[in-house]
Amino acid sequence: MQKNLICIACPRGCYITVDLNDSGEVVSVTGNTCKRGDTYARTEMTNPTRSLTSTVKVEGGAHPVVPVKSAAPVPKGMLFECMKEINRATIKAPVKIGDKVIENILGTGVDIVATNNC
Amino acid sequence: MTYDVAIIGAGVTGAMTARLLSSYKLKTVLVEKTNDVAMGASKANSAIVHAGFDAKPGTLKAKLNVKGCAMMPQTCRDLSVPYKNNGSLVVAFSDEEMDTVRELYDRGMANGVQGMTILNQAELRALEPKISDEAKGALSAGTAGIVCPYELTIASTENAVNNGVDFMRNAEVTAISDDGEIFTITTAAGEIRAKYIINAAGCYSDVIARMVGDDSFDIAVRSGEYYVLDRSVGNTVSHTIFQCPTIMGKGILVTPTVDGNLLIGPTADDVGERDNLATTDAGLANVRKLAMKSVPSVSTRDAITSFTGLRAHPVSDDFVIGASKANARFINAAGIESPGLSAAPATAEYVAEKLFASMGATPEKNPDYNPYREAPVRFRHMTAEERTALVKENPAYGRIICRCETITEGEIIDAIKAPAGARDVDGVKRRTRAGMGRCQGGFCGSKVVEILARELDVPVNTITKFGGNSNILYERTK
Amino acid sequence: MINYDLVVVGGGPAGMAAALKAEECGVKKIIILERAETLGGILEQCIHTGFGLQYFKEELSGPEYAGRFIELVNKSNIDVKTDTMVLNISKDNVVTAVNKDDGLLMFNAKAVVLAMGCRERPRGALPTLAGTRPSGIMTAGTAQKYVNIDGYMPGKKIVILGSGDIGLIMARRMTLEGAEVKMVCELMPYSGGLTRNIVQCLNDFDIPLYLSTTVIKTHGKERLEGVTIAKVDERFNVIEGTEQYVECDTLMLSVGLIPENELTTGVGIKMDPVTRGAYVSEMRETDHPGIFACGNVLQVHDLVDFVTLEAQIAGEGAAKYILDKASFDNAEYIEPVKGFGVRYIVPQKMNIKSEKDIELYFRVGAVYPNAKVVLEADGQVISSKKKIKLAPGEMESVTVPVSVLKTLTKDSNVTVRVEV
Repeated sequence: MQKNLICIACPRGCYITVDLNDSGEVVSVTGNTCKRGDTYARTEMTNPTRSLTSTVKVEGGAHPVVPVKSAAPVPKGMLFECMKEINRATIKAPVKIGDKVIENILGTGVDIVATNNC
Repeated sequence: MTYDVAIIGAGVTGAMTARLLSSYKLKTVLVEKTNDVAMGASKANSAIVHAGFDAKPGTLKAKLNVKGCAMMPQTCRDLSVPYKNNGSLVVAFSDEEMDTVRELYDRGMANGVQGMTILNQAELRALEPKISDEAKGALSAGTAGIVCPYELTIASTENAVNNGVDFMRNAEVTAISDDGEIFTITTAAGEIRAKYIINAAGCYSDVIARMVGDDSFDIAVRSGEYYVLDRSVGNTVSHTIFQCPTIMGKGILVTPTVDGNLLIGPTADDVGERDNLATTDAGLANVRKLAMKSVPSVSTRDAITSFTGLRAHPVSDDFVIGASKANARFINAAGIESPGLSAAPATAEYVAEKLFASMGATPEKNPDYNPYREAPVRFRHMTAEERTALVKENPAYGRIICRCETITEGEIIDAIKAPAGARDVDGVKRRTRAGMGRCQGGFCGSKVVEILARELDVPVNTITKFGGNSNILYERTK
Repeated sequence: MINYDLVVVGGGPAGMAAALKAEECGVKKIIILERAETLGGILEQCIHTGFGLQYFKEELSGPEYAGRFIELVNKSNIDVKTDTMVLNISKDNVVTAVNKDDGLLMFNAKAVVLAMGCRERPRGALPTLAGTRPSGIMTAGTAQKYVNIDGYMPGKKIVILGSGDIGLIMARRMTLEGAEVKMVCELMPYSGGLTRNIVQCLNDFDIPLYLSTTVIKTHGKERLEGVTIAKVDERFNVIEGTEQYVECDTLMLSVGLIPENELTTGVGIKMDPVTRGAYVSEMRETDHPGIFACGNVLQVHDLVDFVTLEAQIAGEGAAKYILDKASFDNAEYIEPVKGFGVRYIVPQKMNIKSEKDIELYFRVGAVYPNAKVVLEADGQVISSKKKIKLAPGEMESVTVPVSVLKTLTKDSNVTVRVEV
């Protein structure tokens, strides 16, 4: 079986073809122009993940919210559950870029970190 | 408390009448349905001071237009409202239309209009080089001008309030009862008692009149669609360029505005609804096509916005001004369509005359009356020295909020704190021009919301675009 | 009057990179004038990731990308004035600005870098969009500021017009924050955004993208209540019978960006009608000596990484102008020619005496799958590069090497074209 993907690893957006055997294992990845594309295609077939960005409520900051991101991609299927956690969180100013806001969100092993000072 | 006079409707007619009445010893209230003044026809029209050749001789329209046009320069000086005597041209595209131009000239003479001449093709082209090659000639009217209609309304209201008039907003009138001496007016903002009522309710003036049993006139709402073009093409023409009038109105015009934009429009369509401000495909297409007929280089690629204005067209075709036959203490100032803006200063006098006749005597003059409205700070028009001094005095004038029109935070605060001041984003926009430029509030909109919330001490998400349910934001994300 | 070697107008990614590069090249007195409260420009509200892959080789959010430059600026000797609006620039390079604390400021500059960025096309710039004007109609960037900086929801049921990157990014943002994004409509038969954004912002959330579709009417008196959408033909005329009412409380517009060149045109600088930015040399110098331009005020970029690179070129150019003006005297310029498929090229002119390779950035006018980008000099093919897809939404570039520049004369013809 063949699957066609558009790579989201960088803005180039390569058109990737993944060959799968009958048990759904990846046989080959073609069309990518770098290694990241290969990794993306294999992950996308087994456990698709996405970077998540949002904001978290700040107490006493220059703005009411501070931007955050997942320090690494989280499982795609858990994005909305992660959002619930993020919406519940509050952080006290001062906040620095890179500060951990939520550790190991929902047991994914991924931290939610601040992406701006506030 | 019982007011001497309640004026229903804070459009240009209501506001100018309120200002005039404030020069007498009368306690007056100006009652407005919406969140601001100038929310009906007075915010969305051609912004023209007509010379007065258009109306039929002998009509109120003719009489008040010619008089209002003559009063306008001084009125605008007193109220610090920009006015420009740029003159108008009615352009003819055929020999038949040249006949119309000559008719208009004769009508103008009968109405007492001064400063008219008929131009041939060469003279017209010399005056306006960008006019279409198809133009055969034109009627030139030297007394015509341009004015900002909402600024005139805002300034009149401010001046009226400073002279003791009360202003009530969000006070839609739903019923009027009368005990023979005092009216009780039921509004969305509470009851008002007043001895006399002036009905200046624009498109709803017939509805208001019926509340006192007056069904002597009907308003047929007529819509007109316009485009505003960027200031970079604001000097395409210097005169107001009309086409020959038809039964539906004065046709599509191309005109500079006092703020330096170019305005094209309006269409004229009788619409059923009294408050449908939607533009239409057909209407906008018509404006695009017909504006190019006069000035071929006009292009809506330069459009910064489009809008619809509603005129309160009286079925009788003339202004309805005077004491109601149903109730002598109820004075109509209704059916004020074009040339209502041009006529406004004269209309106010005429309405007052009718009111005083009803009262049986002219009231005493208000000895404290001050006819002048101080000019608002306009950073964009200042010299370097003036700007330096201004910011030193108040740093808020050093913070530019609207980049396109160079409007400062200080000017926005002034607009909010002014008598009958701005309560919403559009109100700030009309008073200061913040958001009026080419980005249409893309950058400054959120800052204006913030300043409004801060100055009015309310949550940010209660701020509206123009009152009612036109809130800009919902709840907090977190 | 305050004397500076270099005044940089705008403290976004372009302005900061230009200033830092100029300092690195030896310019001593530099000031950045920024109208917002902080440095960083529009990146401050672009909280999604995807920035920096080219320049830093890692994936950063907008504030993080800006943060790296802000830190460098803070460590440098570059002066910064925020909350400061430049009002005009005179023909003799005097920059007038205003702020709350200093009042009116006048800077006498040896050189000026223009880095004011761009703004979004508003509803009014869509002359055929009819209907009412209630609240709830806003540009995607305004909505982005409300949700990401101010922390308020600007809408709940959303239709997005325009599939540029900001529109796509906002579709995902609003969905994650709990809004229902009903659809993205695109007038053109192709999306204006990056393909990866269609995948991860729309497809991931099952948000439909309707191509050759536009919004023709807005409904609702106070708050937006709905829009009418319709299909368009290849000349963008509405196809009758395809109109459809969509209930929504918000219409977000992502219908193009316009460089903010009011200051530029105020000086009388020559403009390129296609980019709507200044006409510049390979140093990014405008036709007004000593005034340089870079970033989105020069041409709208898709990637901030390219903004940084362009700003460094301008910063280096400005430094050269300040420190070694004479070197500009023997320049000999030719204009690269836009061949088949090429809509514009920046720089618009290049010095054939340049001692460095010159990178020509360009955009194509339509989608070309499996095409080649060909660079020719005087009829000779210099390079021919295969591309899986060329699209108007993605900026391309081609290098003119010094070895080729050396062979050129002022009558030479250098052409960039698409071969299908």
